[in-house]
This record gives sequence, structure tokens and C-alpha cells, in this order.
Amino acid sequence: MTTTKHTDARALTYSRTTATATRVLRQLGHDPRTIALLVLIPCVMLFLLRYVFDGSPHVFDSIGASLLGIFPLITMFLVTSIATLRERTSGTLERLLAMPLGKGDLIAGYALAFGTLAIIQSALATGLAVWFLDLDVIGSPWLLLIVALLDALLGTALGLFVSAFASSEYQAVQFMPAVIFPQLLLCGLFTPRPDMHPALEAISNVLPMSYAVDGMNEVLLHPDMTAVFVRDVAIVAGCALLVLTLGAATLKRRTT
Amino acid sequence: MMNYASAEPPPRPPAPAIHAQALTVTRGPRTVLRDLDFAVPHGQITGLLGPSGCGKSTLMRAVVGTQAKATGTLNVLGHPAGHATLRSRIGYVTQAPSVYDDLTVRQNLAYFAAILDPGRTAADRRHENVTRAIADVDLTTHADALAGNLSGGQRSRVSLAVALLGTPELLVLDEPTVGLDPVLRRELWTLFHTIAAERGATLLISSHVMDEAERCHRLLLMREGEILADDTPEALRTRTHSETVEAAFLHLVDKAKATATTTPTTAAHQEETTR
Repeated sequence: MTTTKHTDARALTYSRTTATATRVLRQLGHDPRTIALLVLIPCVMLFLLRYVFDGSPHVFDSIGASLLGIFPLITMFLVTSIATLRERTSGTLERLLAMPLGKGDLIAGYALAFGTLAIIQSALATGLAVWFLDLDVIGSPWLLLIVALLDALLGTALGLFVSAFASSEYQAVQFMPAVIFPQLLLCGLFTPRPDMHPALEAISNVLPMSYAVDGMNEVLLHPDMTAVFVRDVAIVAGCALLVLTLGAATLKRRTT
Repeated sequence: MMNYASAEPPPRPPAPAIHAQALTVTRGPRTVLRDLDFAVPHGQITGLLGPSGCGKSTLMRAVVGTQAKATGTLNVLGHPAGHATLRSRIGYVTQAPSVYDDLTVRQNLAYFAAILDPGRTAADRRHENVTRAIADVDLTTHADALAGNLSGGQRSRVSLAVALLGTPELLVLDEPTVGLDPVLRRELWTLFHTIAAERGATLLISSHVMDEAERCHRLLLMREGEILADDTPEALRTRTHSETVEAAFLHLVDKAKATATTTPTTAAHQEETTR
């Protein structure tokens, strides 16, 4: 092998990113139970919800649409935080960072792999809700899918970031209630955000999940892309990028 | 088996592969490496020996560039340790096998190969490299087994195979033969010598098994973060009037303890002058 052309230390290269994404998907491929749980649980929950609100279908419409945005965020958060924690504790991260791999390659690789999984998960859940559970969406289901995908990316970003602060799987799992539950309570799923105590409404204004749920509800109620929808999508995407950048900063080539 | 200690070392280029001056590493409140000066020559196998906890792994991490809080000068292949261009020129194996347990042996190697030598045009070359690396560590029959299902020794060989991908100019191996049976250990040492002789690669190999010391061209003996001796195995045995490197090491440790008022480094220097 000639060693002439792979001394480039760019932060992001296409082939190293796709190689990383392929590797992450192959790891998941050896774990079919995790894939089955990831894909099926949101569908089962939506099915359950549909018949819990059997007598009031409009409640199912609103909560169902919100949940289509929340599921990918939660599942991708959990999967990513555990996967990157393993990478940190198994020594493979140290090995990779001693190789010509950009930090951006690693993060983009993870985002690509889990994003693919999130598309499958969201497509199934959205399809089930819209065509079989009679979720009454006025806008295009494709827009629902876009928001779901961005939510999954946000979940991946948050999971990657918090994994830096966990030293064991026990701690990583506990970050779920710490990071996700407050957003779940304040995102407008249980009560519209303007009805909350003003202090809580102010907090909910700076939490990204609020905009994920808002975006879903915009699609639910309006036939076209509204300005509010575009704003919501931009905020969720911006947050995901910001947290991914923060996550990259937690990957250190030199450790003590 | 050939006597490696007496093997002719290849001609040495002027600059050493690794050159340390006043290298000090602290971890928390503890000084793990204390003011080290040493040089590792090109194209040879240098053994890094000493009891566990003496700082061997920290020294190796400093050379690879993953150790924070390293002060002093440390040049590796003509660049400061940790320089970005060194990342594809150094193969590094940590003490604990660092591979993905939920991938097969071949999938593990294929991924690391794609990081070292990326791009679709390199696919054939990568495939060859992966197959060769698996054969080098004698895992061809286990190529499609999940790394997590292998025995401890087999997993550490997968980890070693990753470092053998491509053609690193410097191989830093942290206890690569620990927990392996004698036959395999001999095979790996033959492989290390082939790599040094045929590719002109430099190898820095740590061990706490003293009989492996006899197979190195040069030895760095370490104790408590300091270097007790930096010499060839024969010279060590001759100057301490010992039969084995192990006896030579114990002799040096006793001497260092006896002169406890001075530092062990000074003791080593005195040893150097009485030679």
C-alpha cells in the first residue's frame, strides 16, 4: 500500500463519514432486537393512543401529531448516548482519534446512520397514523416526515453531547429524564404553552422540543407550509447543529 | 528459533524515530513520567520493560499523542508527538483490546482500513490489507466471527491486526502478547522482526515478561516513572554480570534502592559511567 495521499487531516471527508455510518449500521445489524424495538414501539404506542382516545378523535389528532415528533427525538437520544458512551469507554474512540479521522467524520457518520434509522421509524409511524389510525392531517404527510427527521437529528445531537458527561450506562440512561422529561412537560403536549404559568412558558420558549411539537401542529392544521412552520423547522435544525458542534468539542484527542 | 538478540540491526539513519528530552507527564496530582531523556532508533525493536504501574502505557500514549499534560520535548518521526500528519504513520495498540464487539473480525478491520486508506478506488487494496492483517495474527478461520464472541487472546489479536493495516512506519504496541500461548507468542515475535527487517519499521513494544526482552534489539527499563537503563540486552547482561535480562533488571532495581538518597536516574547514570 502506498502512503502518499492519506495524510489529509480535514475535519470532514465524504468517504470516512460514510464508512463510519456503514460501520454504525452494521453494528445495529448484528442487533436485530434493538432495531425491532426502535421501529415497532412508536407504532404500538400510536395504536394504543388511538383507542385510548376512541371517543374523542380530535384529541388523538393533536397528541398523535406531537408524538410523531417526540418519538424519534427520545429513541435517537437513548441510542446515541449509549452508542457513543460505549465508543468512549471501549477505547475505540481513542484509537480512532489517533488515526486520520476528523471529529466531524465521526459525528456526521453517527448522524447519518441514526438519521437513516429515524427515517424508517418515522415513515412507518407516520404511515400508520395517517392511513390506518385516521390521524386527520390537513397538511402534507411529507412535512410531518421532515420534522420527524430533524427531531431525530436533534435527539442524536443531544445524546452525543450528554454521553460526554456520563461515565457509565447507568448515568447515560438517567440523562433521559434529566434532559428529555422537562422538555416533554413544557413542549405543549399536555396543555397549550400559552396556558402555562408565564415563567414556564418563557422556559418552554427556549427549549427545542417546543418547536418540534409546534411544527407538527402547524402541519396538522394548515394545508400549506406556513411561516411559523418554516421558523419551527429552522429552530430545530439550528439547535441540532449547535448541539452537534458542542458534541464535537467534547471529543478530545488528548486525554489524561 | 533464531536468536533475535544477536540479529544484525539494519543500518541506522541519523535521526532517531523517537526522541524525548525532559519529558514529564502528570495525571492529577501524580507525576507519572519524570524528566525522561531517551531515543528510540529507526528500524529496530525497542522493548519497554518494567513492573506494571511504572508508566509504560503513559509513555506510549505520549508517543502516540493521546496523552494530555505532557511537557518537555518529544519528537516522533521528525514531528512533535501528536502532529496531525503522524496519525496515518503510526500504528497503536492499547493494552485493553479496542475493537467493536458487535462487529465481525473482518468488519472491524474493514472499518479501520477505510479510515486509514479511504475512497472507493482503494477498495481492492483495502481488501488485500484486511485479509493479510487477519492472516498475520492467525485469525483467518475466525474472520467472520463476532469480536465479542472471541476469547480474550483472540480479541487482543484483532486489536493488533488493526495496527498492522497499511504500512505504519512506527508501531507502538502495549503488551501485545499478554495472555497468549507460547506458540502464538513466538509467531508474533517472528512477525514483529519481519516487520522491522522487511519494512524498516520501528517498533516500540511494552511487556512485563522479561523473557521477551531477549528478543528486542534495544531495551528501555523503567521503574516508577524513570528510565533505569537504555541499552542492548547483551550490554545490560554484561555490565551487570547477569545471566538474564531479568537478573540484570533486578540488579539495577536493587542498586537504585540502595542509593535511595539520590534518584534512580542518577544511579543509572553512575552505572553508565562504570561500564
